[in-house]
Amino acid sequence: MDFFDRFAIPHPSLAIYASMVAIVLTVIAIVVGLTYFKKWGYLWREWLTTVDHKRIGIMYLISALLMLFRGGVDALMMRAQLAVPENTLLDAQHYNEVFTTHGVVMILFMAMPFIMALMNFVVPLQIGARDVAFPRLNALSFWLFFFGAMLFNISFVVGGSPDAGWTSYFPLAGNEFSTSVGTNYYMIAIQIAGIGTLMTGINFITTILKMRAPGMTLMKMPMFTWSSLIANVIIVFAFPVLTVALAMGTLDRLFGTHFFTTNNGGMDMLWANLFWVWGHPEVYILILPAFGIYSEVISTFARRNLYGYKSMVASMVIISLLSFLVWVHHFFTMGQGALTNSIFSITTMAIAVPTGVKIFNWLFTLYKGKIEITTPMLYALLFIPLFTIGGVTGVMLGMSAADYQYHNTMFLVAHFHMVIIPGVVFAMLAGLTYYWPKMFGFMLNERIGKITAWTIGISTLVAFMPMFFTGLDGQARRMYTYSESTGFGPLNMVSFVGAIGLAIGFILLVYNVYYSIRYASRDISADPWDARTLEWATHSPVPEYNFAIVPHVKSEEALWDAKKKRHILFQGNYEKIHMPNNSGVPFIMGSIFFIWGFALVFSLWPLAIIATIGILACMAHRSMEIDHGRYISVKEIEETETKLRGAK
Amino acid sequence: MKELFPMKQILGFVFSLLLTVIALAVYFLDMSFSTGMTILLATAFIQAAVQLVVFMHAGETKDKGAIYTNVYYGVFIALATVFGTLLTMIWGYN
Repeated sequence: MDFFDRFAIPHPSLAIYASMVAIVLTVIAIVVGLTYFKKWGYLWREWLTTVDHKRIGIMYLISALLMLFRGGVDALMMRAQLAVPENTLLDAQHYNEVFTTHGVVMILFMAMPFIMALMNFVVPLQIGARDVAFPRLNALSFWLFFFGAMLFNISFVVGGSPDAGWTSYFPLAGNEFSTSVGTNYYMIAIQIAGIGTLMTGINFITTILKMRAPGMTLMKMPMFTWSSLIANVIIVFAFPVLTVALAMGTLDRLFGTHFFTTNNGGMDMLWANLFWVWGHPEVYILILPAFGIYSEVISTFARRNLYGYKSMVASMVIISLLSFLVWVHHFFTMGQGALTNSIFSITTMAIAVPTGVKIFNWLFTLYKGKIEITTPMLYALLFIPLFTIGGVTGVMLGMSAADYQYHNTMFLVAHFHMVIIPGVVFAMLAGLTYYWPKMFGFMLNERIGKITAWTIGISTLVAFMPMFFTGLDGQARRMYTYSESTGFGPLNMVSFVGAIGLAIGFILLVYNVYYSIRYASRDISADPWDARTLEWATHSPVPEYNFAIVPHVKSEEALWDAKKKRHILFQGNYEKIHMPNNSGVPFIMGSIFFIWGFALVFSLWPLAIIATIGILACMAHRSMEIDHGRYISVKEIEETETKLRGAK
Repeated sequence: MKELFPMKQILGFVFSLLLTVIALAVYFLDMSFSTGMTILLATAFIQAAVQLVVFMHAGETKDKGAIYTNVYYGVFIALATVFGTLLTMIWGYN
């Protein structure tokens, strides 16, 4: 039995045992359900082996919503624990595990896949391509992300959660202070998901540079595609730093090296440094595609072309450069001198300039527009004031001298939530609502959607504004409780109410999906929002080949000008279309990566070696494989097109 | 005949051998650590540039713009990261 002792949880509680039972029951239910409804073949053929960018996008979307639920439950547990002083709902260790998981899940396994979902679904359609440049690689990216996320998610029931914070600073994250396997999970699960993200970056840069429709020059690309291009460039340059840092951390923890230790020539601060060399650009990887969504939504529903297209592009390019020059502002108090801190203070404040340019461009787009307030537009309009609160408090934190006051308090926590929630989450919900008809062929209910948007908007303020005040009064982040005499109690209770509001917002979102599946009309046009860009020029839901005829683009707003200025998008006759074949290898390789990661977490060397051979075998198989793809015949295209047109 | 003779590649090959010899000299000649490192870094960067331009044909296709933008961007970020880290952790550390 000694062998199995390592899988035990070092710090169990009733909630964890209950979760174990729930996980087992869910897995059984899924397996039984799939068998009963005879869906295994369907699942394998249509989803697990797919290389279609639209289906991969939808799988990213489902994963992101699941992870939003998981991270949200963690958030509720934390807010419940802090709602009253001297609470005993969670103990210190459990609280550490919960905030660590919350951070990692929300950033890496919720926000990232949400963005990947929209990028996967929208970018090839916006540029008039049939798929991404490397469809098979795209599937592999998804499965690496997915299995990385799953590996991280089983940590709390097998071997123990990581508990050193989502930043996992050494020496706390080293073997001396983090004795459970939790931090191994952190290092290896994020590594696997990170490799997937890096591949996505390469894939999308190539796609956007090489696969645009004829006539679409770089300066005629829709703004979301531009923002995706820049975000992917940042991915390709930032993620290798994370890969290296995680590899060094893994070596420290598993093989006794001394990169980040405090003795034998190790440098613990180097972890913080490397983490944020990746971590700050990561913030812009998240926010730029979100900005792209807002640009699309605002110009569609203000019924105007986007104000200052060139300045939008220029500001994103400048942001992409500046994002690599500010990372030290995450640890102003680590002990570097005043000169260093001043340099990074200035670069930090400089980044507010291009961001401000973008905000003003949106405001000028709205100015004199015929504004129509739909759900996506409502999110965009709520975003502007709320994000500004997060933004200006960020400038406060960016002043290194003042930062000594704010550092590691709830003020910081309030700041980054007020940036990420209105910035990224609202954008993703706006994008979800906006692109829903393109993905599934029916619209989400507008009335429930608007109630959801208002609930989430107001709850965000209620949940996070009180933290600014308790933070300035000295409430530290990551403290599992506080005494009554601090006076933090009432404001934390308000914050808890806000957290419940956000949970209600999430439930409303899910209810909206359910309601719309049941009642929404399927009889909608391909362009229900009267939008401006190419993705709305094809059918909803989109056929496998995206466009029966490759569109010819003459302007920035191809579809709008086709509608208003009679530009002809599609000319010529149907021709047979070359498409990639499905493949099970990405899924299998992802599964082997999962086993490999699990073996490394628990130092099961024979299993790790076998899994490594398996990974290499998959790569060798791919190298030897001859697969020229397949053709869709003209007859098949005609049939599909007639059917889709008939449905309208 | 002149078009067929790969003058650029041969000169590039000689130049890259020369750079290797200079780098090798750091081991055989007696010099301070910082001088040696400076020579190694300089020859390494020049060597990489020679390989990229002469033997990997950067700048010979119509992707020239994208390739060079990418390279400059990468060099900028590498230098910013390395010198920023040195500034933070060594030179500017109290």
